[in-house]
Amino acid sequence: MKNKGEIYRISGPVVIISGLNTKMYDVVKVGKEGLMGEVIGIEGEKSTVQVYEETSGLRPGEPVENTGMSLSVELGPGLLESIYDGIQRPLPVLKDTMGDFIKRGVSANGLSREKEWDFVPTVKKGDKVNGGDIIGTVQETENIQHRILVPPNVSGTVDEIKKGKYKVDEVICTLSSGTELMMMQKWPVRKPRPVSKKLMPNTPLITGQRILDGLFPVAKGGTAAIPGPFGSGKTVTQQQLAKWSDTEIVVYIGCGERGNEMADVLSEFPELEDPKTGRPLMERTVLIANTSNMPVAAREASVYTGITIAEYYRDMGYDVSLMADSTSRWAEAMREISSRLEEMPGEEGYPAYLAARLSEFYERSGKVKALCGKEGSITVIGAVSPPGGDFSEPVTQNTLRIVKVFWALDAKLAQRRHFPAINWLNSYSLYSKALEDWYKENVSPEWVKLRNDAMELLQKEAELQEIVQLVGSDALPEDQQLTLEIARMIREYFLQQNAYHEVDTFCAMDKQFKLLKAITAWGDKAQTALEGGASVEDIMKSKTKDDLAKVKFEKDFDAALGVILKNMEEEFAKLRGK
Amino acid sequence: MTKEYKTIREIAGPLIFVEKTEPVGYNELVNINLPDGTTKRGQVLDTSDDIVVVQVFEGTGGLNKECGVRFTGETIKLPVSKDLLGRILSGSGEPLDGGPRIVPEDRLEITGAAINPYARLPPKDFIQTGISTIDGMNTLVRGQKLPIFSGSGLPHNEIALQIARQSKVRGSDEQFAVVFAAMGITNEEAQYFMRDFERTGALERAVVFLNLADDPAVERLITPRLALTAAEYLAYEHDMHVLVILTDITNYCEALRQMGAAREEVPGRRGYPGYMYTDLASLYERAGVVKGRKGSVTQFSILSMPGDDITHPIPDLSGYITEGQIVISRELHRKGIYPPVNVLPSLSRLMNSGIGATRTREDHKAVSDQLYAAYAEGKDLRGLVAIVGKDALSDRDKKFLEFADMFEDRFVRQGADENRDIETTLDIGWELLAELPEAQLTRIDNKYIQKYHPAHKAKEEKKE
Repeated sequence: MKNKGEIYRISGPVVIISGLNTKMYDVVKVGKEGLMGEVIGIEGEKSTVQVYEETSGLRPGEPVENTGMSLSVELGPGLLESIYDGIQRPLPVLKDTMGDFIKRGVSANGLSREKEWDFVPTVKKGDKVNGGDIIGTVQETENIQHRILVPPNVSGTVDEIKKGKYKVDEVICTLSSGTELMMMQKWPVRKPRPVSKKLMPNTPLITGQRILDGLFPVAKGGTAAIPGPFGSGKTVTQQQLAKWSDTEIVVYIGCGERGNEMADVLSEFPELEDPKTGRPLMERTVLIANTSNMPVAAREASVYTGITIAEYYRDMGYDVSLMADSTSRWAEAMREISSRLEEMPGEEGYPAYLAARLSEFYERSGKVKALCGKEGSITVIGAVSPPGGDFSEPVTQNTLRIVKVFWALDAKLAQRRHFPAINWLNSYSLYSKALEDWYKENVSPEWVKLRNDAMELLQKEAELQEIVQLVGSDALPEDQQLTLEIARMIREYFLQQNAYHEVDTFCAMDKQFKLLKAITAWGDKAQTALEGGASVEDIMKSKTKDDLAKVKFEKDFDAALGVILKNMEEEFAKLRGK
Repeated sequence: MTKEYKTIREIAGPLIFVEKTEPVGYNELVNINLPDGTTKRGQVLDTSDDIVVVQVFEGTGGLNKECGVRFTGETIKLPVSKDLLGRILSGSGEPLDGGPRIVPEDRLEITGAAINPYARLPPKDFIQTGISTIDGMNTLVRGQKLPIFSGSGLPHNEIALQIARQSKVRGSDEQFAVVFAAMGITNEEAQYFMRDFERTGALERAVVFLNLADDPAVERLITPRLALTAAEYLAYEHDMHVLVILTDITNYCEALRQMGAAREEVPGRRGYPGYMYTDLASLYERAGVVKGRKGSVTQFSILSMPGDDITHPIPDLSGYITEGQIVISRELHRKGIYPPVNVLPSLSRLMNSGIGATRTREDHKAVSDQLYAAYAEGKDLRGLVAIVGKDALSDRDKKFLEFADMFEDRFVRQGADENRDIETTLDIGWELLAELPEAQLTRIDNKYIQKYHPAHKAKEEKKE
């Protein structure tokens, strides 16, 4: 066994080494600076390595060393509030050690070795523990209790367990077999963490976004894709989800995206409050930022780093949501490395294993019974950036074959500043049926009908619009003109939501229900009035209709809506009087 | 002294293949000595024990197997100093203006390292360009990268120059230093820029890199990197606010495709290399503001869309990296409107952080959203009118139709030397919106309507 070899060839992020005994996915240290890389191919004496750092200046003949480990992340207290690059190096640490620009050859631990955590044991000497069991807890942030788990492949009887302040790499528990457990464990990122059973998702992920919760909900443990051309609001939608989703933990992966956007998230999240707990959102968030100009191999790894961290919290019994912005950049990283390897390309130059990698990734989502017996979930929401906004390209198509919810962003809507620019005709959710019971029980028995009526009305509007395009709206019969107006109200008053407005940015389920109900009530009254002989023109002059447009911005929504509903009664009574 | 190799095995397009070398570093700078005594420069693209692939910047014309190849042992660097200001350099950084060589304070790698996202400051200082369609509806901020998506025959150069001339941050007299990088543009176009820089005195605070249409295409791959290195140096070492104008990105991408083809790489969409996104990102991402440093780099690139097609890979990949785009419209240009900015597909992603009460004016976002919605509706109606005629429209729709025309005529149209401040821009917006029924202004908070709507404003003033 030789664990020292040398560089044979360098081409961008791909380096071929010779004379080193390697396994697939071993992490190797390349060159004099010890750049981190991963073995992705073996042929005879030579191994192909993708290097996670810039390779300029590397020369053939420089030494390479095999660590014998596969690419792993460190799991333990201290993950929350962290911001990592694609291979779990904390960016603040990198800034301290190498300044404002990312240089290379610096390794940094994912978890701080200095910080002490207050460990409270939940097992005692003589207890039998199995892989995934909880042996103690640490208060990680104000609201999140970190449960220390036995690594999945370990079991035995507790021989000694400690209590008090410890660092993540100090022994807190010894099993009778002599195995020592620390608060920190390592897990290879490309291998899913085991669970005891996968369950069917049955609770919606409440996001506070009306078009999502109302029309196209995703279940906790489900998968959703947001494809859209540039400028249609993918990133804003992803960030809204990261901010307001009602999961306990959020993992946000900025994969190959803009540096300034990540800076924005970094400055905003610590300031924003979690609507449920009132604590800064950052306290429940793990950020992974590998911007578009950072090394492409690390971009490829970033998605796996993120999902492994998500799985770890799921295994403690938490609901986790994971946003990946954007999976297209991840696919492009695969393509770039594949082409450097001179592999036979599949569709549009993407490697033939693209579909397999995408489905493997999305399959790591789900609602599960964890090894410890608690229930947890990972909801995966992936942004897709199809070239030219063309949904027929390979990444979008392969993603749509796997995910259950499709939020189709539409450039046309974005251009007229209809945000979120999610097209209500093209989008779908396969969870709608499964979640009906939850909505009936927790929102209102009327909800399902209200929602279906609204969808039907929007569909009808689309049909009528085609006629309007030919003959103009005045040529329509009066009742159809009214239908168009009510549909417009649903679009503008209900579906449109301003992410930058302090009140409107988050809309609770109860408020969504009341708002939609009020709009529908206006529509019903207007229909009745029309049948009773009132003219469309008079109905359109309704003042409460204009009031409904702005009620979503009111701080005291219930009071404002109450006034409107009262006025509505009076207004229509008067119309009848005429 | 480094060794000279006379072991060129093959010359193909801009590439040479050298064998039997000692270990050569990836991306290393290479000097090639021709039999006639001249020297060309190149860069290592692929290196192994057997063969080294070098791309030659000045083209391989005149090279033969007898040329001597020297590997310098270092990557390409740009000598920098504050004296760069006022200088005109070639696309590979040699003085073109007859001036002396730059006496360097430092020599910087031109590939530039990525800014740690954690070290970035979110850009939020409003830049007033004096152009209504940009300031009012696609606001530019310091540290942003906002390209112009244009087409051949459209006045993108005029617009870029007007922006370079008029841009300033409100409340400061500080002018931007300009770094101008020409990639494959014609001599005529370059002269047009140079003359304007000279006329306005901008040249004194500008650094110019010129790679013209007849210069080697491979050189275009380093020109923008030299420019951005100079910009970063001025911004981060000398606290200057730098506006970088790169023109034309399309020529850059063509050069990239040419190189890919020469290396026999597997092509991606339309023959462009699969790594074009990453490559473009390594240019565009070199804009921003860094915590604790005073300067900033703002990018304003020009990109001509082949066939006016915004889904072409070049504008498409750019749009996914840049923080928005300003789209020039042929239709408006034909109507004789300058600057022919089509606001509907245009976008500034950082607008929201650069506007508002403390930065521009409290009603800015609302006015902008309302103008967008109303103009989009008016434009849609034009299509309808073409089919059913104007008479079939309702009164409400007629108002919107008229609004679209007025918007183009009064808000979009302005003089090439007309420098509107943000208040003027917003007031014009209000005047136009006042032509619509007030109940239609659903995007605007009532309190702003009371305060800024011309109908109410007049009343308010009378009361006082």
